[in-house]
Amino acid sequence: MPRAKVQRKSTSIDMTAMCDVSFLLLTYFILSATAKQPDPLDVRLPTSTYKIKVPEKDIAILTIGKDKVYFEAAGQDIKVATLEKIGEQYKISFTPEEKKRFSVIGSFGVPIQSLKQFVMLDGDKRKKSGLETGIPTDSTNNQLADWILQSRKAVAELHSEGMRVSIKGDAEEGYPMVKKIVDILQKQKINKFSLITTAEGGSK
Amino acid sequence: MAELDTSGGGGKKGGKVRSKKSSTKVDLTAMVDLAFLLITFFMLTTTLNKPIAMDIAKPDKDEKNEQRLELRASQTMTILLGKNNKVAWYMGEAGKSAPEVQDFTQIRKSILENKQKVQAASGKSIVMVIKPTSGATYKNFVDIMDELAITGIKSAPAIDDENITDAEKAFMKSQNLL
Repeated sequence: MPRAKVQRKSTSIDMTAMCDVSFLLLTYFILSATAKQPDPLDVRLPTSTYKIKVPEKDIAILTIGKDKVYFEAAGQDIKVATLEKIGEQYKISFTPEEKKRFSVIGSFGVPIQSLKQFVMLDGDKRKKSGLETGIPTDSTNNQLADWILQSRKAVAELHSEGMRVSIKGDAEEGYPMVKKIVDILQKQKINKFSLITTAEGGSK
Repeated sequence: MAELDTSGGGGKKGGKVRSKKSSTKVDLTAMVDLAFLLITFFMLTTTLNKPIAMDIAKPDKDEKNEQRLELRASQTMTILLGKNNKVAWYMGEAGKSAPEVQDFTQIRKSILENKQKVQAASGKSIVMVIKPTSGATYKNFVDIMDELAITGIKSAPAIDDENITDAEKAFMKSQNLL
């Protein structure tokens, strides 16, 4: 009597489903990742050994480079609220479309007077327009201080949190310019702020 | 993983020789590997790209309040930041001891030495005063704050860019640092 042969199962697994799942995940990650807004100023950050990550919410970022200052408040709702408050202060009314367009702009460096024009330009034309002369910081025309103050108010009203201010300075920027900005912050009693740096190895 | 060819060939029917159909199954293992590799890459790049913040606290500047806390000279180390990535430091009061000019690679050793000296002499921790002059760059300022963090100075350094004394200015000028 011959022995019944045990059927050997093939060892290959059907990978189709696995492949589907993994590509689904991949596409999800790619789509959900928001593209980083290109900085209008290319700033080379200094390095440090600190390990604290920059928070994503309730923060304003001041970019300093080439003796110019750019401003950005994080969060679309905050941006719109800040714009409204600035508009009230400077007697400029912004249309809903302008507000919407402003809410997706990253950091900008235009005086209030040409902001309307700047907002209505398309993304790629903004850099070429030459409107970005940095936000005025003179003592007589201190728009940066107003931006900071109004965005702080906006954060306080909408999120009932204190806004943190971060400075993103170019490594080669002279200290006097940084001091000027810090003095503006200190005038508003902001004595604590963060300097944004990139990581470096632990010991040189 | 080689797949066993299980298309039995069909035997011989009617004497016609049929061309063998190769199986249409594609081995997707490599594809899955690739997909997961990409996923991990994307995940890592999204998390690692976060910038790092260094918290700075400056003394409150109040025009009305002219109170100044005197620092004890024996436990104070003042670091002046100058041009060309150079620093000058001295212990104690300004003008009494000639500042020493160094660059950023040597300053860490000096800070550590002074820290130990002060600790041994008075049992108190050292107090740092950082005075960035107009010749310094932003990078110098970040670097010196970083050095203090590395050397483990716990007390917050006094960042004093207002009161650079004439003696200090004169010295910096003589060393071509301002």
